Amino acid sequence: MTLARRLVGFNLLTACVLGVGGWYVGWFAAHLVAGPSLDYFGDIDFNELSIVMAYLCGVLGFLLGLGFFNYPFARLRGYPPSLREKETGGISRYFGLCTDHKVVGIQYLVGIGLFFFIGGLNAMLIRTELLRPNHQVWPAGTYLTIVGIHGTMMMGMMTSGILGPFGNYLIPILIGARRMAFPRIEALTFWLLMAAGVILETTIFFGGFPTGWTGYQPLGTQSNPGIDCYYLFFALVGISMTLLGLNMIATIVTMRAPGLTWTRLPIFAWGVLSTAVLMVLAAPVLIATLGMALLDRTAQTNFFISAQGGSAYLYENLFWIFGHPEVYVLALPGFAIVLEILPVFARKPLWGYRLAVAGLLGVTLLSFFVWQHHLFFSGINADLRPFYMLSTELISIPTGFTFLCGIMTLWRGQIRYSVPMLFCLAWFFNFFIGGLSGVFLSDVPSDTTTHGSFFSMAHFHYTIMGGLVFTFFAGIYYWVPKMTGFQLNERLGKIHFWSMFILFNATFAPLFAAGFLDQPRRVVTYPNNLLFINRWVSICAFLLGISMLVFLYNFVKSLVFDRVPAPADPWGSKSIEWQLPSPVPVHNFDRIPVFTGDPYGYGENSGPVAIPAGAPAGMN
Amino acid sequence: MLSSDGRRVIAAWIALSVIATPLVAIFFDRVIPPGNGSVQASEQVVDNSVMMAILTPVICLLIVVFVYVCVTHRAPKGAPLTDGPPLRNDPTVQVYWIAITSITVLFLAGFGSYRLLQNGSGGGQGPSPIAVPKGPKLQVQVIAQQWQFTYRYPSYGGVETPQLMLPSDTLIELHVTSLDAIHSFWAYELGVKADANPGVDNIAFVKTKGPLAIHVRCAELCGLWHGYMYDIGHVIPQTQFASWIKSQQRDFAPVAKYLPKYSTTYYPDPQRRAG
Repeated sequence: MTLARRLVGFNLLTACVLGVGGWYVGWFAAHLVAGPSLDYFGDIDFNELSIVMAYLCGVLGFLLGLGFFNYPFARLRGYPPSLREKETGGISRYFGLCTDHKVVGIQYLVGIGLFFFIGGLNAMLIRTELLRPNHQVWPAGTYLTIVGIHGTMMMGMMTSGILGPFGNYLIPILIGARRMAFPRIEALTFWLLMAAGVILETTIFFGGFPTGWTGYQPLGTQSNPGIDCYYLFFALVGISMTLLGLNMIATIVTMRAPGLTWTRLPIFAWGVLSTAVLMVLAAPVLIATLGMALLDRTAQTNFFISAQGGSAYLYENLFWIFGHPEVYVLALPGFAIVLEILPVFARKPLWGYRLAVAGLLGVTLLSFFVWQHHLFFSGINADLRPFYMLSTELISIPTGFTFLCGIMTLWRGQIRYSVPMLFCLAWFFNFFIGGLSGVFLSDVPSDTTTHGSFFSMAHFHYTIMGGLVFTFFAGIYYWVPKMTGFQLNERLGKIHFWSMFILFNATFAPLFAAGFLDQPRRVVTYPNNLLFINRWVSICAFLLGISMLVFLYNFVKSLVFDRVPAPADPWGSKSIEWQLPSPVPVHNFDRIPVFTGDPYGYGENSGPVAIPAGAPAGMN
Repeated sequence: MLSSDGRRVIAAWIALSVIATPLVAIFFDRVIPPGNGSVQASEQVVDNSVMMAILTPVICLLIVVFVYVCVTHRAPKGAPLTDGPPLRNDPTVQVYWIAITSITVLFLAGFGSYRLLQNGSGGGQGPSPIAVPKGPKLQVQVIAQQWQFTYRYPSYGGVETPQLMLPSDTLIELHVTSLDAIHSFWAYELGVKADANPGVDNIAFVKTKGPLAIHVRCAELCGLWHGYMYDIGHVIPQTQFASWIKSQQRDFAPVAKYLPKYSTTYYPDPQRRAG
């Protein structure tokens, strides 16, 4: 009885059933409108519109099944507001709509982690192809689809890689609140992202897409229907990003506890805030662009088709107006995590707090003015290249603030090399190499050789994998004991760190050379003189993949089998989340705290950062 | 005043920079692409070396600081938690840091712009280039399509060849365009890169030097056989080029009258799309 009741309600199972059902409804409804396509892929009974409608209806069905429409309808029918979804107990909260920000954070951690591993697996498939210069493991089209899925999955999913798990879990706690500003929207961002991830994977049923993660026109227009999955994936990710960003901004601006002034806000919250600003301003451009591209394919518009009055440049520009802020959406949370974790393990206050904030905000601002450095040789606005060269190189000034604050925080500290700290220190190394190579890419004369080659590919893997993914793991090792209440194995963590750090560099450093020796990106073949480099990189990449399995083993072993309870404050941090029990109780605080200082008072003999006072629990 | 820690780090930094920077300035251009195949390529090598030489002290600083800090400031193993000194700020350090990074960055941007505006550095400049080298130029049109390049010589009656042949010691005006998707014409040894857009005439300049084999690649993902979109061109002595182009013209004459008229831009055939 109870089992049947559980299966019938609004939950993930219902959502999947309704999602698939909605898919077919959209598919056949679109056939009624447009009729099956007669001459384009004529042997298959579908048209572009049916694919788009099928996925849109599928997503709606999925959200309906999860119960996202219950609350709006209940309000329309006059029921009072409530956060009832938060109260349901037990493990089933993690498999459905839950408005507890801590549940959403853990959902994000697992969900993003899952798609991160799928994206990583695609990287392994790419490197398998590149083991040999001319032997084709995958057909050329499949290879390009793998490249595209790898890039799109990583660039799309990992935008929320830190804001999703750690932002959602920690921001309300760090600012002394009991929830996010919009808890249902918070849950919506997660489930939209999961739906998007599945949609991207289904591109293989429609022939894949040959465009990589940029989806340039006119290649996108002439592509297989598989590219519709790419457009829908990225548009849904864009919606999710916008909502996530709005939620973060609203929460941080309006819901800070008494005493938490802007200069006492933890630097991680500043990082989340600046990233959220980037998301809110950049992602809508992406949604609109992909909407236009979908219209080009389904409704015979000509936004991007130069033969009929459109412009492929329009797509390039719009894509990078989103795309360049987006890479800082990936990088900035990493800056923030590093600066948040360093003081704890150096036992010193964060040095130059205001400078660090200025660095984050400076990067946020400048990142909107650099997008045409992706189009240096496209032939558009060649006269503006000095400006974009300057604006791009200016970004290294605020980035340098982060470096200075990090260095000076370590300076004369009492440094402990715990696993999160190791990942943060590795960030400095990786991001420095990424930044240095970025200087060569931003300089037009030098970029003539490096643009579009493996050099630029190595560059952004250093900044994104070396920057974001390393700090993602730093965050996991640092905060998962708080999130789950169980310790992660330190020894396995160190094995994971050192293998990942060494193999990451062994994988990507030689790719700079491959780019310098004229290997363009996304090629399925390469000349024989690059055989050694490519084979070395492939083998290191496989080993890097195994290093990730070490992490997975550690994660499952520590949290599922060993289950060693974590103390409330294993790192000796002064930040407020460590003064709560592990895991954090449902309502976070019995009484809303009053903040008396910033969380970095090491060596200053200051009292606790916050004292409980104010409203009793249960108010929201 | 500086602490003893600070003095040690700065002394080590200066020592390392003084040794490393000249080494980089002297030796970096021997290993750095794209080599010495054209005037533009040689200039890029110089630019790369200058940038690397300027960045070397920055690299040295970070190496010295991190090694010093991580080695000497580590907490003793097994000791109870002790806090470091509560240093929260130092305006002098901030001012120096901001000044040095700003000057470096502004110099790099100014230097890059100056070098770029001299002759375009081999990059595609669009239909109305601003950095135009002086002197007589040989026009060569590069027509990209999925998945090959065709080269057209308008000053020789519109001869088309599947291979890039250029005379040595000549200023070349490359007009890059495409028939379908976006490609990117990358002549590696010449230091030339220009995107090929349908409907766009993307102009790049390059001054060739001596005879040379050129690896031409497509550097923008252009669909299924992007990876196989390459060929090998040659820079050949001027007399040899003259006789080569004459023979091409002769061989090509019967075909030439069937070709579409020479144009700086081409548009793709409209796609048939399902609705």
